[in-house]
Amino acid sequence: MIRLDVRELAVERGGRAVLAGIGFQLAAGEALALTGANGAGKSTLLRAVAGLVPLTGGRIDWQGSSEPIGESLHYFGHLDALKPTLAVADNLVLWSKVAGAPGLPVIEALERVGLDHLDDMPAAYLSAGQRRRVAFARLLVVRRPLWLLDEPTAALDASAEATFGDLLADHVASGGLALVATHRPLPIPAATLRLGAS
Amino acid sequence: MTGFFLALVSRTARLSLGAGGGAFTGLVFFLSVVAVVPFGVGPDMPLLARIGPAMLWIAALLATLLGLDRLFQDDRDDGSLDQMILSGLPLELIVLAKAIGHWLATGLPLVVGAPLFGLMLGADSRSILFVTLTLLIGTPALTFIGAIGAALITAMRRGGLIVAVLVLPFTIPVLIFGVSAVAAASGGIDPATPLMVLAGLALASLVAGPIAAAAALRAALD
Repeated sequence: MIRLDVRELAVERGGRAVLAGIGFQLAAGEALALTGANGAGKSTLLRAVAGLVPLTGGRIDWQGSSEPIGESLHYFGHLDALKPTLAVADNLVLWSKVAGAPGLPVIEALERVGLDHLDDMPAAYLSAGQRRRVAFARLLVVRRPLWLLDEPTAALDASAEATFGDLLADHVASGGLALVATHRPLPIPAATLRLGAS
Repeated sequence: MTGFFLALVSRTARLSLGAGGGAFTGLVFFLSVVAVVPFGVGPDMPLLARIGPAMLWIAALLATLLGLDRLFQDDRDDGSLDQMILSGLPLELIVLAKAIGHWLATGLPLVVGAPLFGLMLGADSRSILFVTLTLLIGTPALTFIGAIGAALITAMRRGGLIVAVLVLPFTIPVLIFGVSAVAAASGGIDPATPLMVLAGLALASLVAGPIAAAAALRAALD
Protein backbone atom coordinates (compact mmCIF):
# COMPACT_ATOMS: atom_id res chain seq x y z
CA MET A 1 0.00 0.00 0.00
CA ILE A 2 1.51 3.30 -1.10
CA ARG A 3 1.55 5.96 1.55
CA LEU A 4 2.89 9.48 1.96
CA ASP A 5 3.78 10.38 5.53
CA VAL A 6 4.89 13.93 6.26
CA ARG A 7 6.02 14.83 9.77
CA GLU A 8 7.07 18.08 11.44
CA LEU A 9 7.97 19.59 8.09
CA ALA A 10 9.74 22.95 8.23
CA VAL A 11 10.87 25.09 5.31
CA GLU A 12 12.59 28.46 5.28
CA ARG A 13 12.68 30.78 2.33
CA GLY A 14 14.79 33.90 2.29
CA GLY A 15 15.65 33.36 5.96
CA ARG A 16 11.99 33.38 7.02
CA ALA A 17 10.14 30.31 8.25
CA VAL A 18 7.35 29.69 5.74
CA LEU A 19 6.28 26.30 7.05
CA ALA A 20 6.78 24.81 10.50
CA GLY A 21 5.44 21.69 12.14
CA ILE A 22 3.39 20.54 9.16
CA GLY A 23 2.28 16.92 9.29
CA PHE A 24 -0.22 14.82 7.36
CA GLN A 25 -0.73 11.35 5.93
CA LEU A 26 -2.05 10.40 2.56
CA ALA A 27 -2.78 6.84 1.46
CA ALA A 28 -3.49 5.39 -1.96
CA GLY A 29 -6.91 6.46 -3.21
CA GLU A 30 -7.01 9.58 -1.06
CA ALA A 31 -6.90 13.28 -1.87
CA LEU A 32 -5.96 16.14 0.42
CA ALA A 33 -6.89 19.76 -0.21
CA LEU A 34 -4.45 22.41 0.99
CA THR A 35 -6.13 25.68 1.78
CA GLY A 36 -4.98 28.90 3.32
CA ALA A 37 -4.53 32.56 2.53
CA ASN A 38 -2.13 33.81 -0.13
CA GLY A 39 1.37 33.35 1.19
CA ALA A 40 0.38 30.68 3.70
CA GLY A 41 2.88 28.28 2.13
CA LYS A 42 0.71 26.04 -0.05
CA SER A 43 3.00 26.19 -3.05
CA THR A 44 6.07 25.86 -0.85
CA LEU A 45 4.65 22.73 0.75
CA LEU A 46 4.02 21.16 -2.67
CA ARG A 47 7.53 22.04 -3.84
CA ALA A 48 8.99 20.68 -0.61
CA VAL A 49 7.19 17.36 -1.08
CA ALA A 50 8.44 17.27 -4.67
CA GLY A 51 11.98 17.81 -3.42
CA LEU A 52 12.32 21.10 -5.28
CA VAL A 53 12.86 23.08 -2.07
CA PRO A 54 15.31 21.99 0.64
CA LEU A 55 13.75 21.12 4.00
CA THR A 56 15.01 22.79 7.15
CA GLY A 57 13.33 20.22 9.39
CA GLY A 58 11.03 17.24 9.52
CA ARG A 59 10.78 14.32 7.16
CA ILE A 60 8.87 13.06 4.18
CA ASP A 61 8.38 9.28 4.00
CA TRP A 62 7.27 7.65 0.79
CA GLN A 63 6.31 4.10 1.72
CA GLY A 64 5.22 1.04 -0.15
CA SER A 65 6.70 2.01 -3.49
CA SER A 66 9.83 0.71 -5.17
CA GLU A 67 10.53 4.05 -6.87
CA PRO A 68 11.88 7.10 -5.03
CA ILE A 69 9.35 9.84 -4.42
CA GLY A 70 10.87 12.11 -7.07
CA GLU A 71 10.04 9.56 -9.77
CA SER A 72 6.59 8.78 -8.34
CA LEU A 73 5.05 12.21 -8.53
CA HIS A 74 3.73 14.67 -11.05
CA TYR A 75 4.29 18.28 -10.06
CA PHE A 76 1.76 20.65 -11.58
CA GLY A 77 2.89 24.15 -10.65
CA HIS A 78 2.07 27.65 -11.80
CA LEU A 79 4.49 27.27 -14.69
CA ASP A 80 3.41 25.07 -17.57
CA ALA A 81 6.85 24.01 -18.87
CA LEU A 82 5.76 24.79 -22.44
CA LYS A 83 8.19 25.98 -25.09
CA PRO A 84 6.42 28.62 -27.18
CA THR A 85 8.12 27.70 -30.47
CA LEU A 86 7.35 23.96 -30.25
CA ALA A 87 4.04 22.44 -31.28
CA VAL A 88 1.70 21.35 -28.52
CA ALA A 89 2.26 17.64 -29.21
CA ASP A 90 6.04 18.18 -29.51
CA ASN A 91 6.03 19.80 -26.10
CA LEU A 92 4.44 16.71 -24.60
CA VAL A 93 6.66 14.16 -26.34
CA LEU A 94 9.63 14.94 -24.07
CA TRP A 95 7.51 14.56 -20.93
CA SER A 96 6.16 11.23 -22.17
CA LYS A 97 9.69 9.83 -21.87
CA VAL A 98 10.30 10.51 -18.18
CA ALA A 99 10.56 7.65 -15.68
CA GLY A 100 7.29 5.98 -14.77
CA ALA A 101 4.72 3.61 -16.19
CA PRO A 102 3.69 4.57 -19.71
CA GLY A 103 0.37 6.37 -19.81
CA LEU A 104 -1.78 7.55 -22.69
CA PRO A 105 -0.22 8.29 -26.07
CA VAL A 106 0.27 12.03 -26.55
CA ILE A 107 -2.63 12.48 -28.94
CA GLU A 108 -5.05 10.61 -26.66
CA ALA A 109 -3.94 12.67 -23.69
CA LEU A 110 -4.66 15.82 -25.69
CA GLU A 111 -8.04 14.36 -26.61
CA ARG A 112 -8.86 13.89 -22.92
CA VAL A 113 -8.27 17.59 -22.28
CA GLY A 114 -10.07 18.61 -25.47
CA LEU A 115 -7.07 19.94 -27.39
CA ASP A 116 -6.44 17.19 -29.96
CA HIS A 117 -7.35 19.60 -32.79
CA LEU A 118 -4.47 21.89 -31.78
CA ASP A 119 -1.72 19.27 -31.60
CA ASP A 120 0.44 20.86 -34.31
CA MET A 121 -0.05 24.47 -33.24
CA PRO A 122 2.93 26.26 -31.63
CA ALA A 123 2.33 26.63 -27.91
CA ALA A 124 2.90 30.38 -28.18
CA TYR A 125 -0.61 30.82 -29.57
CA LEU A 126 -2.42 29.03 -26.74
CA SER A 127 -4.56 30.93 -24.27
CA ALA A 128 -3.85 30.75 -20.54
CA GLY A 129 -6.59 28.15 -20.06
CA GLN A 130 -5.37 26.06 -22.99
CA ARG A 131 -1.84 26.11 -21.56
CA ARG A 132 -3.22 24.71 -18.31
CA ARG A 133 -5.03 21.99 -20.26
CA VAL A 134 -1.78 20.97 -21.97
CA ALA A 135 -0.16 20.84 -18.54
CA PHE A 136 -2.95 18.43 -17.49
CA ALA A 137 -2.21 16.29 -20.50
CA ARG A 138 1.36 16.03 -19.19
CA LEU A 139 -0.01 14.25 -16.10
CA LEU A 140 -1.58 11.63 -18.36
CA VAL A 141 1.27 10.70 -20.71
CA VAL A 142 3.20 9.00 -17.89
CA ARG A 143 1.48 7.30 -14.98
CA ARG A 144 2.80 8.35 -11.59
CA PRO A 145 0.90 7.67 -8.38
CA LEU A 146 1.23 11.03 -6.58
CA TRP A 147 -0.14 14.22 -8.07
CA LEU A 148 0.92 17.54 -6.56
CA LEU A 149 -1.40 20.16 -8.01
CA ASP A 150 -0.96 23.87 -7.40
CA GLU A 151 -4.15 25.86 -8.08
CA PRO A 152 -5.15 23.47 -10.87
CA THR A 153 -8.37 25.26 -11.74
CA ALA A 154 -6.87 28.73 -12.16
CA ALA A 155 -7.72 30.14 -15.62
CA LEU A 156 -9.96 27.17 -16.49
CA ASP A 157 -13.45 27.56 -17.93
CA ALA A 158 -16.42 25.54 -16.69
CA SER A 159 -15.98 22.64 -19.12
CA ALA A 160 -12.24 22.37 -18.43
CA GLU A 161 -13.00 22.40 -14.73
CA ALA A 162 -15.39 19.49 -15.22
CA THR A 163 -12.70 17.67 -17.23
CA PHE A 164 -10.22 18.30 -14.44
CA GLY A 165 -12.71 16.91 -11.92
CA ASP A 166 -13.09 13.74 -14.00
CA LEU A 167 -9.33 13.29 -14.37
CA LEU A 168 -8.74 13.78 -10.67
CA ALA A 169 -11.58 11.39 -9.77
CA ASP A 170 -10.19 8.75 -12.18
CA HIS A 171 -6.72 9.15 -10.75
CA VAL A 172 -7.83 8.75 -7.15
CA ALA A 173 -10.22 5.91 -8.00
CA SER A 174 -7.38 3.99 -9.64
CA GLY A 175 -5.36 4.13 -6.41
CA GLY A 176 -3.60 7.43 -6.97
CA LEU A 177 -2.81 10.06 -4.37
CA ALA A 178 -3.45 13.77 -4.83
CA LEU A 179 -2.31 16.79 -2.88
CA VAL A 180 -4.09 19.86 -4.18
CA ALA A 181 -3.48 23.48 -3.21
CA THR A 182 -6.74 25.22 -3.92
CA HIS A 183 -9.06 28.05 -2.92
CA ARG A 184 -12.13 26.21 -4.12
CA PRO A 185 -13.77 23.00 -2.94
CA LEU A 186 -12.41 19.92 -4.72
CA PRO A 187 -14.82 18.04 -7.00
CA ILE A 188 -14.10 14.81 -5.10
CA PRO A 189 -14.31 13.92 -1.42
CA ALA A 190 -11.09 15.00 0.24
CA ALA A 191 -9.70 15.88 3.64
CA THR A 192 -8.58 19.47 4.12
CA LEU A 193 -5.37 20.81 5.61
CA ARG A 194 -5.52 24.51 6.39
CA LEU A 195 -2.15 26.23 6.42
CA GLY A 196 -1.35 29.35 8.37
CA ALA A 197 -4.35 28.90 10.65
CA SER A 198 -2.67 30.11 13.79
CA MET B 1 15.78 6.83 -19.71
CA THR B 2 17.96 6.86 -22.83
CA GLY B 3 14.84 7.98 -24.65
CA PHE B 4 14.53 11.02 -22.41
CA PHE B 5 18.24 11.84 -22.77
CA LEU B 6 18.12 11.72 -26.57
CA ALA B 7 14.82 13.60 -26.69
CA LEU B 8 16.34 16.33 -24.52
CA VAL B 9 19.41 16.55 -26.79
CA SER B 10 17.30 16.95 -29.91
CA ARG B 11 14.86 19.35 -28.26
CA THR B 12 17.68 21.60 -27.02
CA ALA B 13 19.22 21.62 -30.49
CA ARG B 14 15.89 22.34 -32.16
CA LEU B 15 15.02 25.17 -29.75
CA SER B 16 18.44 26.67 -30.30
CA LEU B 17 18.08 26.49 -34.09
CA GLY B 18 14.51 27.73 -34.04
CA ALA B 19 13.23 31.30 -33.95
CA GLY B 20 14.90 33.32 -31.21
CA GLY B 21 17.17 30.40 -30.33
CA GLY B 22 20.41 32.22 -31.02
CA ALA B 23 22.29 29.49 -32.90
CA PHE B 24 22.53 31.54 -36.07
CA THR B 25 23.46 34.68 -34.14
CA GLY B 26 26.57 32.86 -32.96
CA LEU B 27 27.51 31.83 -36.48
CA VAL B 28 26.92 35.35 -37.82
CA PHE B 29 28.96 36.79 -34.96
CA PHE B 30 31.78 34.38 -35.84
CA LEU B 31 31.62 35.51 -39.45
CA SER B 32 31.51 39.18 -38.43
CA VAL B 33 34.62 38.96 -36.27
CA VAL B 34 36.50 37.12 -39.01
CA ALA B 35 35.34 39.67 -41.59
CA VAL B 36 36.37 42.64 -39.43
CA VAL B 37 39.92 41.45 -38.72
CA PRO B 38 41.36 42.32 -42.19
CA PHE B 39 40.01 45.86 -41.85
CA GLY B 40 41.82 46.27 -38.54
CA VAL B 41 45.05 44.57 -39.55
CA GLY B 42 45.25 46.00 -43.03
CA PRO B 43 45.75 44.30 -46.40
CA ASP B 44 48.88 42.42 -45.34
CA MET B 45 48.23 38.90 -46.65
CA PRO B 46 51.24 37.14 -45.04
CA LEU B 47 50.39 38.67 -41.66
CA LEU B 48 46.71 37.71 -42.03
CA ALA B 49 47.65 34.17 -42.98
CA ARG B 50 49.89 33.97 -39.92
CA ILE B 51 47.35 35.25 -37.39
CA GLY B 52 44.36 33.75 -39.21
CA PRO B 53 44.13 30.49 -37.22
CA ALA B 54 44.38 32.37 -33.92
CA MET B 55 41.67 34.81 -35.04
CA LEU B 56 39.43 31.91 -36.02
CA TRP B 57 39.92 30.36 -32.61
CA ILE B 58 39.24 33.59 -30.71
CA ALA B 59 36.14 34.26 -32.81
CA ALA B 60 34.88 30.73 -32.18
CA LEU B 61 35.56 31.11 -28.45
CA LEU B 62 33.59 34.37 -28.24
CA ALA B 63 30.77 33.04 -30.41
CA THR B 64 30.44 29.98 -28.19
CA LEU B 65 30.39 32.00 -24.97
CA LEU B 66 27.86 34.52 -26.28
CA GLY B 67 25.17 31.93 -26.87
CA LEU B 68 25.40 30.28 -23.47
CA ASP B 69 23.50 32.62 -21.17
CA ARG B 70 20.04 31.18 -21.88
CA LEU B 71 21.09 27.53 -21.65
CA PHE B 72 19.32 26.88 -18.34
CA GLN B 73 17.61 30.19 -17.68
CA ASP B 74 14.72 29.63 -20.09
CA ASP B 75 14.10 26.22 -18.56
CA ARG B 76 14.03 27.67 -15.09
CA ASP B 77 11.74 30.53 -16.09
CA ASP B 78 9.11 28.34 -17.75
CA GLY B 79 9.16 25.51 -15.22
CA SER B 80 10.85 22.96 -17.51
CA LEU B 81 13.80 22.69 -15.13
CA ASP B 82 11.50 21.48 -12.31
CA GLN B 83 10.06 18.84 -14.61
CA MET B 84 13.51 17.73 -15.76
CA ILE B 85 14.67 17.37 -12.16
CA LEU B 86 11.64 15.13 -11.56
CA SER B 87 12.24 13.14 -14.77
CA GLY B 88 14.28 10.47 -13.00
CA LEU B 89 17.40 11.28 -15.03
CA PRO B 90 20.28 12.53 -12.82
CA LEU B 91 20.77 16.28 -13.09
CA GLU B 92 24.35 15.74 -14.31
CA LEU B 93 23.05 13.84 -17.34
CA ILE B 94 20.38 16.49 -17.93
CA VAL B 95 23.16 19.09 -18.08
CA LEU B 96 25.16 16.80 -20.38
CA ALA B 97 22.19 16.34 -22.71
CA LYS B 98 21.52 20.07 -22.84
CA ALA B 99 25.21 20.85 -23.45
CA ILE B 100 25.41 18.30 -26.28
CA GLY B 101 22.23 19.66 -27.86
CA HIS B 102 23.54 23.20 -27.52
CA TRP B 103 26.87 22.25 -29.09
CA LEU B 104 25.17 20.52 -32.04
CA ALA B 105 23.25 23.71 -32.76
CA THR B 106 25.95 26.31 -32.03
CA GLY B 107 29.39 24.66 -31.96
CA LEU B 108 29.12 22.31 -34.91
CA PRO B 109 28.16 25.10 -37.38
CA LEU B 110 31.32 26.97 -36.34
CA VAL B 111 33.41 23.86 -37.08
CA VAL B 112 31.71 23.43 -40.46
CA GLY B 113 32.10 27.11 -41.28
CA ALA B 114 35.74 27.36 -40.19
CA PRO B 115 37.31 26.19 -43.51
CA LEU B 116 35.38 28.82 -45.45
CA PHE B 117 36.25 31.57 -42.99
CA GLY B 118 39.87 30.38 -42.99
CA LEU B 119 39.98 31.03 -46.74
CA MET B 120 38.74 34.56 -46.09
CA LEU B 121 41.79 35.13 -43.90
CA GLY B 122 44.15 33.68 -46.47
CA ALA B 123 45.20 30.72 -44.33
CA ASP B 124 46.93 27.82 -46.11
CA SER B 125 45.28 24.45 -46.51
CA ARG B 126 47.20 22.72 -43.73
CA SER B 127 46.32 25.48 -41.24
CA ILE B 128 42.68 25.32 -42.28
CA LEU B 129 42.64 21.55 -41.83
CA PHE B 130 44.08 21.82 -38.34
CA VAL B 131 41.92 24.78 -37.30
CA THR B 132 38.88 22.72 -38.24
CA LEU B 133 40.18 19.66 -36.43
CA THR B 134 41.09 21.56 -33.27
CA LEU B 135 37.76 23.38 -33.28
CA LEU B 136 36.00 20.03 -33.60
CA ILE B 137 37.84 18.82 -30.48
CA GLY B 138 37.90 22.14 -28.65
CA THR B 139 34.43 23.67 -29.06
CA PRO B 140 32.74 20.88 -27.05
CA ALA B 141 35.19 21.68 -24.24
CA LEU B 142 34.18 25.35 -24.46
CA THR B 143 30.50 24.42 -24.28
CA PHE B 144 30.97 22.08 -21.30
CA ILE B 145 33.04 24.66 -19.40
CA GLY B 146 30.54 27.34 -20.36
CA ALA B 147 27.67 25.23 -19.03
CA ILE B 148 29.10 25.77 -15.54
CA GLY B 149 28.87 29.53 -16.00
CA ALA B 150 25.38 29.23 -17.46
CA ALA B 151 24.25 27.22 -14.44
CA LEU B 152 25.84 29.71 -12.04
CA ILE B 153 24.10 32.73 -13.52
CA THR B 154 20.83 30.81 -13.47
CA ALA B 155 21.45 30.37 -9.75
CA MET B 156 22.28 34.06 -9.35
CA ARG B 157 19.37 35.21 -11.53
CA ARG B 158 21.63 37.35 -13.66
CA GLY B 159 21.94 37.34 -17.36
CA GLY B 160 23.76 38.44 -20.42
CA LEU B 161 27.46 38.91 -20.84
CA ILE B 162 28.38 37.95 -17.30
CA VAL B 163 28.60 34.31 -18.44
CA ALA B 164 31.30 35.23 -20.94
CA VAL B 165 33.19 37.22 -18.29
CA LEU B 166 32.94 34.37 -15.77
CA VAL B 167 33.89 31.61 -18.16
CA LEU B 168 36.51 33.25 -20.35
CA PRO B 169 39.48 32.76 -17.96
CA PHE B 170 38.74 29.04 -17.70
CA THR B 171 38.71 28.58 -21.45
CA ILE B 172 42.21 29.96 -21.93
CA PRO B 173 43.94 26.54 -21.71
CA VAL B 174 41.67 25.25 -24.48
CA LEU B 175 42.54 28.28 -26.60
CA ILE B 176 46.28 27.91 -25.95
CA PHE B 177 46.46 24.26 -26.95
CA GLY B 178 44.04 24.67 -29.83
CA VAL B 179 46.09 27.44 -31.38
CA SER B 180 49.45 25.83 -30.60
CA ALA B 181 48.39 22.60 -32.35
CA VAL B 182 47.59 24.63 -35.48
CA ALA B 183 50.83 26.61 -35.18
CA ALA B 184 52.85 23.43 -34.79
CA ALA B 185 51.17 21.79 -37.78
CA SER B 186 51.67 24.75 -40.09
CA GLY B 187 55.23 25.24 -38.83
CA GLY B 188 56.10 21.67 -39.75
CA ILE B 189 56.37 20.42 -36.16
CA ASP B 190 54.53 17.33 -34.92
CA PRO B 191 51.21 18.64 -33.50
CA ALA B 192 50.44 15.42 -31.61
CA THR B 193 51.29 16.75 -28.13
CA PRO B 194 49.09 19.88 -28.14
CA LEU B 195 46.34 17.88 -29.87
CA MET B 196 46.41 15.26 -27.15
CA VAL B 197 46.38 17.90 -24.41
CA LEU B 198 43.44 19.54 -26.17
CA ALA B 199 41.61 16.21 -26.33
CA GLY B 200 42.42 15.67 -22.65
CA LEU B 201 40.94 19.07 -21.78
CA ALA B 202 37.82 18.23 -23.78
CA LEU B 203 37.38 14.91 -21.98
CA ALA B 204 38.03 16.43 -18.56
CA SER B 205 35.49 19.19 -19.16
CA LEU B 206 33.01 16.60 -20.46
CA VAL B 207 33.09 15.09 -16.96
CA ALA B 208 33.72 18.12 -14.75
CA GLY B 209 31.36 20.51 -16.56
CA PRO B 210 28.12 18.58 -16.01
CA ILE B 211 29.00 17.73 -12.40
CA ALA B 212 29.82 21.33 -11.49
CA ALA B 213 26.86 22.76 -13.40
CA ALA B 214 24.48 20.29 -11.76
CA ALA B 215 25.82 21.29 -8.34
CA ALA B 216 25.21 24.96 -9.18
CA LEU B 217 21.67 24.22 -10.36
CA ARG B 218 20.95 22.20 -7.23
CA ALA B 219 22.15 25.05 -5.04
CA ALA B 220 19.75 27.32 -6.93
CA LEU B 221 16.66 25.24 -6.16
CA ASP B 222 13.98 27.09 -4.28
